[in-house]
Amino acid sequence: MTALPARSRVGLAQAVRDTAVITKRNLLRNVRLPQLLLFSTVQPVMFLLLFNYVFGGAIGRAIPPAAGGKYINWLIPGLVVQVATFGAGQTALGLTEDLSKGVIDRFRSLPMARSAVLAGRTMSDLIRNGLIISLMLGVGFLIGFRYQTDFVRLVAGVAVALAFTYAMSWVMAAIGLAVKNPEAAQSAVFLPVFPLVFASSVFVPTQTMPDWLRAFADNQPITVTTNALRGLILGEGALLPGQTVEGQILAALAWAAGILAVFAPLAVRVYRRTVS
Amino acid sequence: MSGPIVEAEGVVKTFGPIRALDGVDISFEAGIIYGLLGPNGAGKTTLIRVLTTLIRPDAGTARVAGIDVLADPTAARTKMGLAGQFAAVDDYLTGRENVEMVGRLYGLSRGDARRRAAEVLERIGLVDAADRPVRTYSGGMRRRLDLAASMVGRPQVLFLDEPTTGIDPRSRIDIWNLIQDLVADGTTILLTTQYLDEADQLAARVAVIDCGRVITEGTPSELKDKLGGAVVELTVTDDCRDQTLAALATVTGEQPAYEPSTKKITVPAPDGARTLMAVVRSLDSSEIVPDDITLRKPTLDDVFLALTGHHAEDQTQTSATKPRRPRRIR
Ligand SMILES: Nc1ncnc2c1ncn2[C@@H]1O[C@H](COP(=O)(O)OP(=O)(O)OP(=O)(O)O)[C@@H](O)[C@H]1O
Ligand SMILES: [Mg+2]
Repeated sequence: MTALPARSRVGLAQAVRDTAVITKRNLLRNVRLPQLLLFSTVQPVMFLLLFNYVFGGAIGRAIPPAAGGKYINWLIPGLVVQVATFGAGQTALGLTEDLSKGVIDRFRSLPMARSAVLAGRTMSDLIRNGLIISLMLGVGFLIGFRYQTDFVRLVAGVAVALAFTYAMSWVMAAIGLAVKNPEAAQSAVFLPVFPLVFASSVFVPTQTMPDWLRAFADNQPITVTTNALRGLILGEGALLPGQTVEGQILAALAWAAGILAVFAPLAVRVYRRTVS
Repeated sequence: MSGPIVEAEGVVKTFGPIRALDGVDISFEAGIIYGLLGPNGAGKTTLIRVLTTLIRPDAGTARVAGIDVLADPTAARTKMGLAGQFAAVDDYLTGRENVEMVGRLYGLSRGDARRRAAEVLERIGLVDAADRPVRTYSGGMRRRLDLAASMVGRPQVLFLDEPTTGIDPRSRIDIWNLIQDLVADGTTILLTTQYLDEADQLAARVAVIDCGRVITEGTPSELKDKLGGAVVELTVTDDCRDQTLAALATVTGEQPAYEPSTKKITVPAPDGARTLMAVVRSLDSSEIVPDDITLRKPTLDDVFLALTGHHAEDQTQTSATKPRRPRRIR
């Protein structure tokens, strides 16, 4: 019987390996229960269909011509950001589920990198949300969405959305770990997110909102990220006068970096407090 | 390696107003099964969580395999395995994937993890089900899988929190055999249980824990000696109870215990059947016919009644009301 050597510190290589193991474990769930991915895609597709066919005609008049005269072109970048935001909520749900099932205790009793539990969870959710966004773009193409720039810019837009969803995953991790139980996490996560998504440029241009709301809507991260995507996918004409595509991309990335800088350490601290 | 393999000293852990551990000392040598026996809420799980680095105690020290678990938790974790009170397995992975994942997290290479997983699954009797999702497993199978996962890193010390609770009698024997095999191979095991017979069957030494304190410690036979081996238990009609209690005291030289809620009278029977016959003769001569009379082995409840003066099951209720007078221990 060969005993494992006692190791006081977990090296970086081991930490990366452990993170990969946890990421794979989390992703396998989506593979084994493909319904999970499908259901997560159904909701944005439903929004897509509802908004496109129900409100599209009315809203269509208010959108910039850069959208090629089709509301769906304007809506898709917004919905990508909506998926990025809601999808991040999955991080809270996954963590609370692992907490309540004792899986996190098992991980913590192993000589693995402590960081791997959170790093693996946010990584697997990033991959998962990337898949859902791709699926949704696919459905969008089927019902008439066309990017107005080029494919590289579309991909760049998705990358900006992924940076945002990754940062939001850490916010959700902190929320989930603070409330601990899966049922409470469900509402704790979506309650703050709903108003943020609707009071933004995701569905309608902010110009039609009352001034006080518009002041908020124009400057919150979901709008900024949506603008960056619209600039990339539809061109500068989709932005407000005075805004540039580069400016919106930089602002969106700055938001993502800022959120990450605040919430990643916070989530780690809440994790340490929650589990002991 | 000499000296104790697990050693806890003065461990205190409070949760708000609850003192889950109130100064626990345990210590035992390698190569044995050590039993931690106690009722619900005694502090068994909390002690295991301290020893396995899951929580930090408010006071006290703990060493596992010579490593201070508070000072060097990561090193301590390489030496131990944990199967918690509730099986922590992933439903949507297969049994094999679960075990391999834990092996990887112990630091085994992919190939080693695969080989080792096959080994422990074989050993634990889950080969046939190994490639099925855990979702389709029975409760007992999940428990066994959890045990397999805890063994995969070849830990020197295994912590098993109530490994047989909620498991049918046959699987229970399987798990007992497995635990005994592991010890034969040189693993040290600390297991918690609520069952006296389990501690008796498996453990070389037992600590009885109650309200966060070790109330007695020793080999199972030392423990039972404290109770005098067997107990006579009988019920009589209310009008002849006092007469019965007096008769029993004379025959056995012990003060019998009367439990109003069940109307049961118990008295130690140091000489087993001989004591029972003496009791029957004495009752017969007083023309008392009991409704029911049995000679039985002491249960955990008797240990508790004897050592703490309250029953194992209703300790919260009892400590809230007036404590019962402890029965005398021989
Ligand atoms: N995280 C916690 N927060 C608050 N109280 C706790 C916590 N963990 C344990 N306790 C309390 O500490 C005491 C000891 O609990 P513990 O789980 O160690 O008991 P146990 O002996 O394992 O019981 P059981 O046989 O029911 O598993 C109980 O009163 C319990 O309510
Ligand atoms: Mg317990």
